[in-house]
Amino acid sequence: MSKAILNIRFFARLREELGTESLELPAIPGQTVHDVLSELASRGGAWVQLKGSQPVMVAVNQAMAKHSTQVHAGDEVAFFPPVTGG
Amino acid sequence: MISVQTDDFDVGTEYEALRSSSSGTGAIATFSGLVRDSGDVSGVTGLFLEHYPGMTEQVIQRLIDEACQRWDVRQVRVIHRVGRLALSDQIVFVGVCSAHRADAFSACEFIMDALKTSAPFWKKEITGDSEHWVEQKASDVVRTQAWE
Repeated sequence: MSKAILNIRFFARLREELGTESLELPAIPGQTVHDVLSELASRGGAWVQLKGSQPVMVAVNQAMAKHSTQVHAGDEVAFFPPVTGG
Repeated sequence: MISVQTDDFDVGTEYEALRSSSSGTGAIATFSGLVRDSGDVSGVTGLFLEHYPGMTEQVIQRLIDEACQRWDVRQVRVIHRVGRLALSDQIVFVGVCSAHRADAFSACEFIMDALKTSAPFWKKEITGDSEHWVEQKASDVVRTQAWE
């Protein structure tokens, strides 16, 4: 049985501007990626950008997801800017 | 074969590995991407590349699987470097073996285009004493959409 938490990760510009590589949030039944972003943005300061005009990509358990995707206890939820490899 | 690595690679070695991998190969297409001096700004002296370990390899594997479904592909090798890179350094290699050139060209181009807009890598350009994260190009998104 997983602990009732979400493992949140940040990459690239978001990781730098939030000064955070990873954190844990309590998992709430029925919550979506959108709810997680709202919770994090309510911290104020640099966190507000998570609900700003710049696109925030999300992966749940290392697969691309949408803001409407439901998240569950034990999930790894990663936020990052649009990718720029190659 | 997929490798995300800090070390440089040798195109000749990768080509030989592809050439010896399948007797049905009649064509090999390869692409190499390099660090150039003008990206989002001019005067770029190097790059820093970050990725999402685990997810990166899964995304590239899915692109290779899709290429194998769409074209006659015998073997694929993808190498992408991460960490600090200097001007003219090699960043990425895609090599595809096929029976025929059209399939090799198409699969190689598809993998490269789709990698640029879906594999979780991020480039930071370094210019003298400043640095900035590169923005995704609309033209790259258009190229990927053209394969849909």
